[in-house]
Amino acid sequence: MPQTTLPIQLTVNGTRRRIAVAPHHTLLEVLREDLRLTGSKECCLVGECGACTVLVDGWSVDACLVLAVEADGADVLTVEGLASPDGRLAPIQAAFLDQGGVQCGFCIPGQLMSAHALLAEHPHPTRAEIEEGMAGNLCRCACYEQIFAAIGQAAAGDAPDLGGLGAGAHAGGARAGAKTSAEGLDQ
Amino acid sequence: MSARDGTIGSSPNRVGGIDRVTGAQRYLADLSVADALHAKLVTVPVAHARIDRIDGSAALALPGVRLVLTADDLPQPMPRFGPQNVDRPVLATGETKYQGDPVALVVADTKEEAEAGAAAVRVDYEALPAVFTVAGALAADAPLVQDPSLRPKDPRRETNVLNEHVVAWGDVEAAAAEHGLTIVERRYTFPMVTHFAIEPHAFMAAPDGDGVAVWSTIQHPNWLQKTIAGLTRLPLSRVRVYAPDPGGAFGGKQHAKYEPAVVFAALRLGRPVRLVLTLEETFQAVRRASCEARVRTGFTSDGRIAFHDIEADYLIGAYTDIADRVVGKGSYPAAGPYNVPAVRIVARAILSHTVPSTAFRGFGNPQINWAVESTIDEGARELGIDAVAVRLRNLARKGDRFIPFDTPCDGEWEQAVRKAAELIGWDQPCPPGHGRGIALGIKSGPTTGLSYSIVRLLADGSAVVYAGTSDMGQGARTVFAQIAAHELGAPLDWVTVAMGDTALVPYDQQTSASRSTVLMGNAVLAACRDIQAKLRTMAAAQQGLDEADVTVADGLVRLASGRELPIREVLTAGLGKLGGEITGLGEMRKEAEAGHPLSGAPAFFEFNCTAIEAEVDADTGDVTIHRHVTVSDVGKALNPLQVRMQDEGAAIMGLGHTLMEHYIFDEEGRIRNLGAIDYRIPTSMDLPRELRSEAVENADGPGPYGSKGMSEGALLCVAPAAAAAIRDATGVAIRDLPLTPERVWRALQAGPVPGDAEGRR
Repeated sequence: MPQTTLPIQLTVNGTRRRIAVAPHHTLLEVLREDLRLTGSKECCLVGECGACTVLVDGWSVDACLVLAVEADGADVLTVEGLASPDGRLAPIQAAFLDQGGVQCGFCIPGQLMSAHALLAEHPHPTRAEIEEGMAGNLCRCACYEQIFAAIGQAAAGDAPDLGGLGAGAHAGGARAGAKTSAEGLDQ
Repeated sequence: MSARDGTIGSSPNRVGGIDRVTGAQRYLADLSVADALHAKLVTVPVAHARIDRIDGSAALALPGVRLVLTADDLPQPMPRFGPQNVDRPVLATGETKYQGDPVALVVADTKEEAEAGAAAVRVDYEALPAVFTVAGALAADAPLVQDPSLRPKDPRRETNVLNEHVVAWGDVEAAAAEHGLTIVERRYTFPMVTHFAIEPHAFMAAPDGDGVAVWSTIQHPNWLQKTIAGLTRLPLSRVRVYAPDPGGAFGGKQHAKYEPAVVFAALRLGRPVRLVLTLEETFQAVRRASCEARVRTGFTSDGRIAFHDIEADYLIGAYTDIADRVVGKGSYPAAGPYNVPAVRIVARAILSHTVPSTAFRGFGNPQINWAVESTIDEGARELGIDAVAVRLRNLARKGDRFIPFDTPCDGEWEQAVRKAAELIGWDQPCPPGHGRGIALGIKSGPTTGLSYSIVRLLADGSAVVYAGTSDMGQGARTVFAQIAAHELGAPLDWVTVAMGDTALVPYDQQTSASRSTVLMGNAVLAACRDIQAKLRTMAAAQQGLDEADVTVADGLVRLASGRELPIREVLTAGLGKLGGEITGLGEMRKEAEAGHPLSGAPAFFEFNCTAIEAEVDADTGDVTIHRHVTVSDVGKALNPLQVRMQDEGAAIMGLGHTLMEHYIFDEEGRIRNLGAIDYRIPTSMDLPRELRSEAVENADGPGPYGSKGMSEGALLCVAPAAAAAIRDATGVAIRDLPLTPERVWRALQAGPVPGDAEGRR
């Protein structure tokens, strides 16, 4: 029985992709299964754990709660797009390694994306801003203190360049930048 | 922070860390195997049911559905497995015994087709009475959870008591009759909680030549290999287990769960089959045993503990898994790290129609330590003796046989207690409205063990370490690399650690009980020393010296003359034009001891002291942890950052069962809070305002360089320390976990228990 699909266009980590997706598939399913970008993780599927956090047009979202068709035309940044094409780690990635913000690592892609969005909104976040900004990302290994330290280290360096966009809170999440250009975020 | 260069005692960046921050790390669900089919479990929504008929025809008529595997499709009698008792069927047969007990496995071309197929399987069943509390399971008319024919020689087979563990020394009744004792008797409960590794359990199997390949998020690949070989009657060599790094495990991934069903499906279809559980299914696959404990403790007027009389009923699940061992080993040191002349501990493992409980960080100790340490706190209050002083008065000192015939006290535990007290400012006034509590905990380390390691020193001086340990976040890979780098004189990034493939990596008994640094660490060390011996022969020949005049240690070759040569130089010259490598084999064996109740005395104790300063919002019952100090005796921190992270991780996990986590059941034994929305674990908003982790290091452990295992200690004491702090702040004693706002608020409304001492305000 042929499944109905809809054509959508996504810019994923700076690359323009045209794909046909099932209308009921989430962005997470499309990223993991259609595009084989398995960095974004699947855990609770109800938007509570944050393991699937990605940026959609700069907004941090749980990819398990977004239908892929809703993201039609959007710029999507996943953990695979954080490092530069030559493999150089983004400051937030290096900071997670330096500070020990990684144990089993399963939640880390989501933590990194939330941290990235947080730093976009608050380039020099307070402890309270970090706690709140990261509250949607569970870490059962509980290296929260090291993750906070990593965010502090990244903030002390150069925060991500967000193309001059002002910080703006949003009911659904924090915004990292309205446009990820074809080159991806410049950092 | 310590040095980062990878030497012993430094904290280099985690080996394998880069893949973890780039998304390149492949967890099981990320693996792509050609032609893989997808599986879904079929369950019935009740705690206990008689299965009358399973009709898969509607499911098989759906597109993509290839197989509806039920008990009827499996060898008869139903193959069973289990690490302790062989009582768990591959698929439920005749009855389901807990909500989530699978009756069938549907396999289809896609995940969605498998889900649709599972929904279309018609299961005719009749709900049966279920037991899901201690009282219910022990009632005279309680339905039996386990078929008595599975344990025909057990006199308890007609009851739901699976086993009873008794530890005793001294004469408790005589001690209790002594004049002038203050005797405190209290009851405590500890809830059912679940591991909630962020990676849900996942399994895959595929025909592999004449055998089978199995992928699992398992902690013990070799144990799984043995289980599958037994069920399929294949030789071990034809069962290849791939165990990618688990995305968190905490004990929940120690033993086989649904791998056998997936293996039978894959062999039947001749295709790879994968089963990735949802978080809800994982909640129905693993949990910690709940516990109801009664503690009666006698104190002399000067605060010495005269006796402990402890009874603990652990409610385990429908199948044994490793739960009876959890009860036996977890309750064994229940008298705590104290010299107590008379002790009686009776712990029962009670079956119920609930999710099979299994190993979970702390392994049965947190449940009972909550009760015993809280009782000590209450005794100290009644006596008017300081909570730290009463503990120091009874604390075992190094060498004390505080548990007769067991490993003596193996650390300077007093240092940890004094450090924790100092760091929390125990002798300083408490801020208004705040209260403080302190607790101690011990856990027996591994009682038996067997780990092999192969290390290959390659021609350029780089090295490959083979270790069957699972790196589930604790950082075993990094520590093994540090050991090899130190011993072989290689930079850390010249060492590769190979894990997770039973066809390539030698046997390791298991990754549990905070054992790996000690047991596999010693095996890696021994393999490196084997290489060093060969290098010594090589160097002596090169230099024309007697071997007695050459030593190889700490990554260098030293000649009697005092001259030092880099290992690489000796190696290159010694291997000559053909090149090649030097291989070393290491073995670490801890044999069982006949007659010991735990089959062996522990290799070490994990000792922790936790002190907490808390405040309660009287209007909401919400508890704020202002300060949380944890001090563990670690012997030697081979990687201080990883030690701190494991210690803090255990502490925060402990805050979970202390403040918020518990399964909530309906009247029929179904879990009402399945999943992440209704089952809360600590987030970044739930942390102590200040969290301080310190280690006591006296290099007095049995592991490499004096190390001990340490990943569980900080979880043992959180609940008693937090409850004592709340008591101190409010005067209210709460003896049931978790200390949710509602429970705390209700206790505040009820006021202090009559006779209880008032709090600070």
